[in-house]
Amino acid sequence: MITFESVSKSYPGGTRAVTDLDLEIPTGSFTVLVGPSGCGKTTSMRMINRMVAPSSGCVRIDGQDVADIRAVTLRLGIGYVLQNAGLFPHRTVLDNVATVQRLLGLSKAQARSKAYEAMERVGLDASMATRYPAQLSGGQQQRVGVARALAADPPILLMDEPFSAVDPIVRLELQQEVQHLQSVIKKTIVMVTHDIDEALTLGDRIAVLAPGGVLHQYASPLEILTRPATEFVTSMVSKDRGFRQLSFATLEDVRATALPAPGADGLIELGALAPGWKLRLDPAELRAVWLDPSGVEFAAGPAVRRGDTVRSALDAVLASPVSAALLLNGDSVPSACVTIDDLAPYLRHGVRDPA
Amino acid sequence: MRWLLDNPGQAWALTLEHLFLSIVPTVVGVALALVLGLVFGNRPRARAVITAVASAIFTIPSLALFVVIPSIIGTQILDPLNVVIALSLYATSLLVRTVFDALDAVAPEVLNAAEALGYSRARRRVFVDLPLAVAPLAAGTRVAAVTNVSLVSVGAVIGVGGLGQLFVAGYQRNYPDQILAGIIVILVLALVLDRLIAGAARVLTPWLHHGAAPGQAPGRRRPAIGRAKVATIPVQDTANREEPK
Repeated sequence: MITFESVSKSYPGGTRAVTDLDLEIPTGSFTVLVGPSGCGKTTSMRMINRMVAPSSGCVRIDGQDVADIRAVTLRLGIGYVLQNAGLFPHRTVLDNVATVQRLLGLSKAQARSKAYEAMERVGLDASMATRYPAQLSGGQQQRVGVARALAADPPILLMDEPFSAVDPIVRLELQQEVQHLQSVIKKTIVMVTHDIDEALTLGDRIAVLAPGGVLHQYASPLEILTRPATEFVTSMVSKDRGFRQLSFATLEDVRATALPAPGADGLIELGALAPGWKLRLDPAELRAVWLDPSGVEFAAGPAVRRGDTVRSALDAVLASPVSAALLLNGDSVPSACVTIDDLAPYLRHGVRDPA
Repeated sequence: MRWLLDNPGQAWALTLEHLFLSIVPTVVGVALALVLGLVFGNRPRARAVITAVASAIFTIPSLALFVVIPSIIGTQILDPLNVVIALSLYATSLLVRTVFDALDAVAPEVLNAAEALGYSRARRRVFVDLPLAVAPLAAGTRVAAVTNVSLVSVGAVIGVGGLGQLFVAGYQRNYPDQILAGIIVILVLALVLDRLIAGAARVLTPWLHHGAAPGQAPGRRRPAIGRAKVATIPVQDTANREEPK
């Protein structure tokens, strides 16, 4: 557990970076500090590994004031991912990843074998090991940065805008990987971002900070979306707020529409669902095709499952030519579909208090 | 050229002396400049003083320095040590600025990363800052080495000047061939030293000389962990699809 106890940071000249911050970050949580630039989010995070010293108050890790721990010792136990990866340009990928292990006193061979494991964990091919950072793309560099932070298996991982310098496609990929990694390694992750979407996607706890380092809300993503505590939080989450909320409901209880039995020609007449349209399932090849009345084929989009979110189901329905997405009920051949009417109950109640 | 061919023994001895008198000060200069740079690199006031002193030293004419040093440190006027010390001072003065600049040029995010990962300041200086300063330092060292090779000859005026003695002798005897011989060998020495240092720097900085451009090299990014394989089949679960909240 990382605890901020009435932490403030002000600079000579009176600039306040952090104002009386109280925050409890539970062990194993993915906590995101989010806010516009100048809100003290990076400053706050850097207090955890003593790269910034608070002007007043203290930061504790499992009850111990970090100011009482030698800075170098403290930092060796905390992984750190920087915005631009911050790799050492004079070291190969492998030796970059092995950095912390070497600092901890492991032999070169031991550190490198650990480094290979860490590279594998973040999806870096072993053939990359001998390259230098300048030979890598931005996304690859960031991956190396994550591997380097994780190599020594620290219980805490700090990430400073880790994905903001890579292109959107790579960012998404890295976000998904970090999410997946976290589901496996269960570190205490503290991440800083200015991107509320990223915060809502990745975090299970979100701290919204306003300029001057004032904490406006510290809650789960759902609560931030549905019950923004202040005007400031509302303005941060206002975009797509209604849509985003659909991500918190799944199709577990959706009333699906059963598909009619196939006819003699193997085609399913959709009937009232989409008059004149037919569906051809090709289980052997895992293909499904919608046929319009004149026989023109439309490939069906990905099928949805019970565990999927209403948001992704709605997207699938909207993308379908018959406004229906095939539903897989734990089997390999869809026996039902989800229509806009099936989703209506979820859409109707709007953004409300979850309580 | 005649003189060179007729007196290979003497030419060789003078060449060795010349090399000794120019290489030792270069090495001393690099070492001193590095120590000064690494220790005082981020102390602005000390830096300003060092830079000012270095500039001042560099403006002192070499001959004057050769003559003054014995009275300061008590050596004989003909002691080669005078030349070594004087040239070491020049080399240090020339290189200390280079070291400061080279250390300044290390990217801030790299220093930030080093600090965050748990490098102590001293360790960072040696294992991060220093290697990254090698390339610019080598460039400065080439200039210092070549400068030293030419400055050594001035020492001939006080009797310690390696190949410079050929200039003095050739001038006194009105024997241009001897002067030419000195010029040729000094030029060759300067070129060889320059290339040697450049080569050494290249060996020491492999990361600056890799071949492949980003994105072209083999072994590209592997598919992400935890992502479903993207197949061409439309009936497929969306469990792992992108899902912004």
